[in-house]
Amino acid sequence: MESRQMSIRLIKHGTLVPDTWVLIKSADELENLEKRSSEDLIVPLALWLTEQQSIASRQGQTAVWLNSNELPEAIAGYLDRLPLVALNFPEFKDGRPYSSARELRQRWGYQGEIRAVGDVLRDQLFFMKRCGFDAFLLREDQNPDAALTAFHDFQDAYQPGVIQPLPLFRRR
Amino acid sequence: MYRYDHYDHQMLADRIAQFRDQTRRFLEGKLSDAEFLPLRLQNGLYVQRLAPMLRVAIPYGMLSSAQMRKLAFIADQFDKGYGHLTTRQNIQFNWPALADVPDILAHLAEVEMHAIQTSGNCIRNTTTDQFAGVSVDEVEDARAYCEIIRQWSTFHPEFAFLPRKFKIAVCGTRQDQAATQVHDIGLYLLKNEHNEIGFRVLVGGGLGRTPVIGSEIKAFLPQEHLLTYLDAILRVYNREGRRDNKYKARIKILVKETGVSDFRDKVEYEWMLLKDGPLTLTSVEVERCRAFFHDPQYKSLPSHSNDLEAALNTDVLFSAWYEQNISEHKKPGYAIVTVCVKKTGFAPGDLDSDQMRFIADLSERYSFGEMRITHTQNLVLADVEKSKLYDLWRDLKTRDLEADNLGLLSDMICCPGGDFCSLANAKSIPVAEAIQRRFSVSQLRDIGQLSLNISGCMNACGHHHVGNIGILGVDKKGEEYFQISLGGSADHNTSLGKIVGPSFSQDEVPDVIEKIVTVYQQHKASGESFLHTYNRLGMDPFKEALYGIKADEHQTD
Repeated sequence: MESRQMSIRLIKHGTLVPDTWVLIKSADELENLEKRSSEDLIVPLALWLTEQQSIASRQGQTAVWLNSNELPEAIAGYLDRLPLVALNFPEFKDGRPYSSARELRQRWGYQGEIRAVGDVLRDQLFFMKRCGFDAFLLREDQNPDAALTAFHDFQDAYQPGVIQPLPLFRRR
Repeated sequence: MYRYDHYDHQMLADRIAQFRDQTRRFLEGKLSDAEFLPLRLQNGLYVQRLAPMLRVAIPYGMLSSAQMRKLAFIADQFDKGYGHLTTRQNIQFNWPALADVPDILAHLAEVEMHAIQTSGNCIRNTTTDQFAGVSVDEVEDARAYCEIIRQWSTFHPEFAFLPRKFKIAVCGTRQDQAATQVHDIGLYLLKNEHNEIGFRVLVGGGLGRTPVIGSEIKAFLPQEHLLTYLDAILRVYNREGRRDNKYKARIKILVKETGVSDFRDKVEYEWMLLKDGPLTLTSVEVERCRAFFHDPQYKSLPSHSNDLEAALNTDVLFSAWYEQNISEHKKPGYAIVTVCVKKTGFAPGDLDSDQMRFIADLSERYSFGEMRITHTQNLVLADVEKSKLYDLWRDLKTRDLEADNLGLLSDMICCPGGDFCSLANAKSIPVAEAIQRRFSVSQLRDIGQLSLNISGCMNACGHHHVGNIGILGVDKKGEEYFQISLGGSADHNTSLGKIVGPSFSQDEVPDVIEKIVTVYQQHKASGESFLHTYNRLGMDPFKEALYGIKADEHQTD
């Protein structure tokens, strides 16, 4: 058993919370599906698509993560049974997950948790939140308390977003 | 002009506080170079050859006298007393200290200015024709739409980390002085048969390494759908634009690789989701923005001015300037004045702080306190009474601003080049000056309208592809060489120049330009433009003049 003390670096609902999910990074870790049967796992898209049967027989919850080049269309048929979709930022400059989050909310009406994972840095949190992310797993080196303040960088925004669905021009 | 309300002011205040904190963390070593890079770029801050460079946005080129004075103050306080006008209707300061930048931004905010998204892989400053609102041939004033796009693009949460930079131009004039067709998105204002306003939408134009003229993906987009449609285009680009190779990351490559028709389908698919949603423009918002750009209090004047006529008849130099630098205004008795910032011996587009303050004063005296920056790096006083042109010209003369070469060969577009820019292969400013010195005033007049654009590298900030003559700095085994192209144009009939042949050393360039001009003058019919003559003759006579042999025997490098 791992006895390492994990520092808390997951932000949800504006506070730091312990992470109850385990992120399975690679599809090669198939054996984890059985070995960690009682745990809540976030599995890669490839595993999700090919292992539906073994996923159905698991005790714990199973969610999926998409890399930045994988489109939400791929999981559209599963969204009603996905408690969580994680979107990976391979590097913070890769802006594709912003569009994926918006597509999940706008096109597919997804109501569950959208979690930012990977290169998740304080200075991008505000944009992420406005695009529909509601959970943020910070990169290890980030200062979690400082990151919490980033959601308040701006008091308002011109565009519609998840926080405020009306653009400023409909409110001013 | 657009004026900020408390929302706009708050947005800037929040941005400055955010950037102040980011700068502090960077200077304390808590933010890596790589992480700070896009943050500073999205605030207009480059780290250049000699010092940081700060690019300040001048949205769609409009500037008030108070704003110009603030730029002069910043030039004196934080720089070496001058600034450089760019081809995106922005102004650059070449010498600010990194730690001062948050303070500079705070000063700018006092006059409703900023440096937001003037660089980085995001939506840049939206540009338009500098004669918007005063042109005689205008469909509709583009500035209100530019402001609407400015607000939509500012801190757009989805599009702050695009594959590459993204430039939008809006054009409402028939002449098109905005180089609209070589933008990532080019929007032409139109009216349909019911007199409703809309846009013809071009996508995938651009200069740089792979110059492309934009393709039409919508013949008429009703104005209320402007922002939802832009959102849709940007989403397709954000998701599908290439991120594996920075030279293939612009939307022009995506459009090419996807095909225009398929690209249009993808946009339509996204648009169906967004269309008629909350981002649909309301008539209240369009009217609110248009109201900021209403005509100033024009006097009712006769179209003919006796004072002007008398001055033109007595002062040859004034008359020469008038011929070159004055454009027709939509209101009788008024004229559009372009102040050409291309005097020989001065770096093209550079303005010192005294000139800035002086022009601010002139704008108040002659043109309702407003001025404009052009993408050809000049300044415009848009609303001058004809009877006051002579006074204005005499005032301009006192500060070396009376250059009467507008549109002539010596009125070049020129990037800062290797003297300042860390991307450049070659120094462009000395080449510009050597060419300016080669031709006398009377020769220039004789040659007539001819655009010459110089870029120090293939990023093409100097728009060399769309100059009638284009000059591109290239690196040849560590030495600076210059490649010449002919036949480019940035107007309504945009065309891309073709490379003549092997490149030339810096010393050879003035001779080369002279030979090209000589071929033109030998072959032109009376009144025929360079472009027309070139298109009629083709490349061969120019090649022969430059290389002394038939074209196809030579290899292009």
